[in-house]
Amino acid sequence: MLDVNELGFDYGTRQILKDIGFGVLPGEVVVVLGPNGVGKSTLLRCINSILKPKSGTVMVEGENLLALGRDEIAKRLGYVAQRTETSRITTFDAVLLGRKPRLGWNVNARDLKIVHEMIRRLGLEALALRNIDSISGGELQKVAIARALVQEPNLILLDEPTSNLDLKNQIEILDAIRQVAKEQNISVVLTMHDINLALRYADSFLIIKEGKIFARGGPEIITPEVIEEVYGLPVAVESFNGFRLVIPVGN
Amino acid sequence: MDLTKNAEMELAGKSESKLTGKLAEKYEEDAVSSAYNIYIGKKYNFLGISIIILIFLFLYSIAVGFADVSTIDVVRVLLYGIVARLVNFADVSTIDVSRLFLEANLESAYTIIWHIRLPRALAAIASGVGLSVAGVALQSILRNPLGSPYTLGISHAAAFGAAFSVIVLGTGTMRSTGADAIMINNPYVTTTVAFAFSMLATFILLAIAKYKGSSPEVMILSGVALSSLFTAGTMFLQYFADDTQLAAVVFWTFGDVGRAHWGDFFIILVVTVFATGYFYLNRWNYNAIDAGDETAKGLGVEVEKIRLYGMLIASLVTAFIVSFLGVIGFVGLVCPHISRRFVGDDQRFLLPASCLVGGMLLLGSDTAARMIMAPHELPVAILTAFMGAPVFLYLLVRGYKH
Repeated sequence: MLDVNELGFDYGTRQILKDIGFGVLPGEVVVVLGPNGVGKSTLLRCINSILKPKSGTVMVEGENLLALGRDEIAKRLGYVAQRTETSRITTFDAVLLGRKPRLGWNVNARDLKIVHEMIRRLGLEALALRNIDSISGGELQKVAIARALVQEPNLILLDEPTSNLDLKNQIEILDAIRQVAKEQNISVVLTMHDINLALRYADSFLIIKEGKIFARGGPEIITPEVIEEVYGLPVAVESFNGFRLVIPVGN
Repeated sequence: MDLTKNAEMELAGKSESKLTGKLAEKYEEDAVSSAYNIYIGKKYNFLGISIIILIFLFLYSIAVGFADVSTIDVVRVLLYGIVARLVNFADVSTIDVSRLFLEANLESAYTIIWHIRLPRALAAIASGVGLSVAGVALQSILRNPLGSPYTLGISHAAAFGAAFSVIVLGTGTMRSTGADAIMINNPYVTTTVAFAFSMLATFILLAIAKYKGSSPEVMILSGVALSSLFTAGTMFLQYFADDTQLAAVVFWTFGDVGRAHWGDFFIILVVTVFATGYFYLNRWNYNAIDAGDETAKGLGVEVEKIRLYGMLIASLVTAFIVSFLGVIGFVGLVCPHISRRFVGDDQRFLLPASCLVGGMLLLGSDTAARMIMAPHELPVAILTAFMGAPVFLYLLVRGYKH
C-alpha cells in the first residue's frame, strides 16, 4: 500500500529525517512513536508532500507521490493536521470540504450522500447544522477526521489526533478510526504520545529516534529496553485485563 | 438573523420521533438532508432578496435628484436607450423606436439619465462589487478579519500617485466659478499616474512575497509598511504644494463615483467581472484555506500559489477602482462582514453575497450623498463610513452571542 524508501529531510544543515524506510499494508493502523521534536510530524508532512523530502521516494500503490500534483495526492491521502481552524460554517459543510479534491464544477448527489454517511458513521448527526466555531474540541476533531475520510483516500495520516482530548473522546475517536480503517481497508498512520493508548489501537509501531527508525514491528517491540533507550526513562511493561501497559518506574 | 437556528430546530424535532430500527435510520438521514436543504435554501433566499433590493435601489437612485423622474419613466428611458442601441448595432435605421418609448417631454430626462445618472449608478455598483469582493478574498487568503483592499497599501500608493501628478506634474488647477471650484484639469494623466503607483506597490508586495514567502504575516506587515511609506510621501509633497494644488489633491482623495464616465465604468466593469469570476472559481480553495494552511494543503490546495494570485488580483481591482474614483474607504472591509452575519463564512455564498452587499452599500451611500445636501453632491467616500460603520457595529454587537 504505502512504501517509504530512504526518505530524508533537512532544514539547511539541520538533518531532521535520515534514511527512513518502511511499508504499510492495506487496512493497517500504524502508530509513530518517539520523543518530542524527533521528526514525527515532519515525517507525516513529507509523506504527503506538504514538505518536500530532500531524498527518497513515497510510493502509494506503486505510484510515486512526489511526482504528483497536490490535488492528485489529495485523492490518495487524507491528512488531519494537529490544528484545525474554525469558522462560521456548519459541520456538514466542513465535512463536505473533504470532497474538494473530487469535486466537479459543483457538489453532486453522490458527494452529499458520502458526507451524510460519514456524518452518521462518526455520530455527528445532531451537530450537522451547528457551526463548527461552537462545537467542542472532541467534536471538531471528529469533523476533521470525517473530512479526511470523505476524500475516499487509500491512506490517512493523523498528526496527534488525540492530544487535547479527554479520555472518553480519545477512546471514541480511536475506535472510530480503527473501525473505518478495517471496514474500508484504509491504511492509517498516526502520531501520538500516549504509548498505552497506542498499544490498544495499533497493529504495528514505528519508533523514531534522532531522525532515524529505531524499531518497526508489532506490539512485541514495545519492551522496557526499547522504551528506556528511546525516551531515556526506565519503565515496566505489564499486562492488565489483557491490555499491555507501559508504566514509568522511579530511578 | 440566524439562518441555522430554524433548520436546527427542525432537525432536532424530527430526530426525536419514536421510530425504530431501519426505518428510523432512513428517516434520520432524510431529516438531515431536508434540514440541510432548508438551510441552503435560506442562503439562496438571501441572495435573491438582495438582487431584488439592488434592482429597486438602482431604479430609485436614477429616479431621484435635482430633476425628479418617475420610476416608470426611468424604466421607459432605460428601455428606450437599450433598444435604440441594439437597433443601431443591427443598423435597422428605418425603425423609429423613439415613438415606441419616448415622448417629447422625456428627452431631457433621457439626457440626464443616460449621460449622468446611469454611468454614475453603474460605476457605484461595479466598484462596490469590486472593492467588496477584493475584501472578502483578502480576508480569506490573509487569514485576517481586518483584510481589505486597504490592508495592502494599494490605495495609499494611488493617492500618492495622484498627489505626485497634481503637484509635480502640475495636472491640477482651480476654476474661479461654479460649484466644483477645484478640478483636476488633466484627469487622465492623474488617473494613469495613480494607477502606475498602485501597480508599483503591488509589485513590491509580490517581490517581497517571492523572496520571503507569501505568509499572511509577511503580507500584512508589508502592507502596513507600504501604507506608511506612501502616506509619508504624500505628506512630503503636500508640504511643498500651494493652496490650489493642495485643494486638488484633497479633492482627488475623496472618492467620488460621480467622476465616472461610460468609458471608466466599462474598464471598472471588466476588471470587476474578471476578479469576481476568478475569486468565485476559487471558492473551495478559500474555504479550504479558512480551515488552516495545512488542512488546505492536505485537501490538494496549492496554498502559496492561491495566496499570491489572489493578492495580485485583489490589488489589480483595487488599483483600477481607486485610480478612477479616488479613495473609497470601508466598503471592502465592512461589506464582507455584513454578509458573513447573514450567510456565514462559506465562500460559496459569502462571495456572491458580498458582491451584492457591496453594490447595495456603495449605490445606497452615493444616492444618499447626492440627496443629503441637494443640490450639492457630497463625494460618496465621506458617506460610506457613515452608512457602513453603524450597521457594522450593530451587527458586530448582535452577532457575537456565544
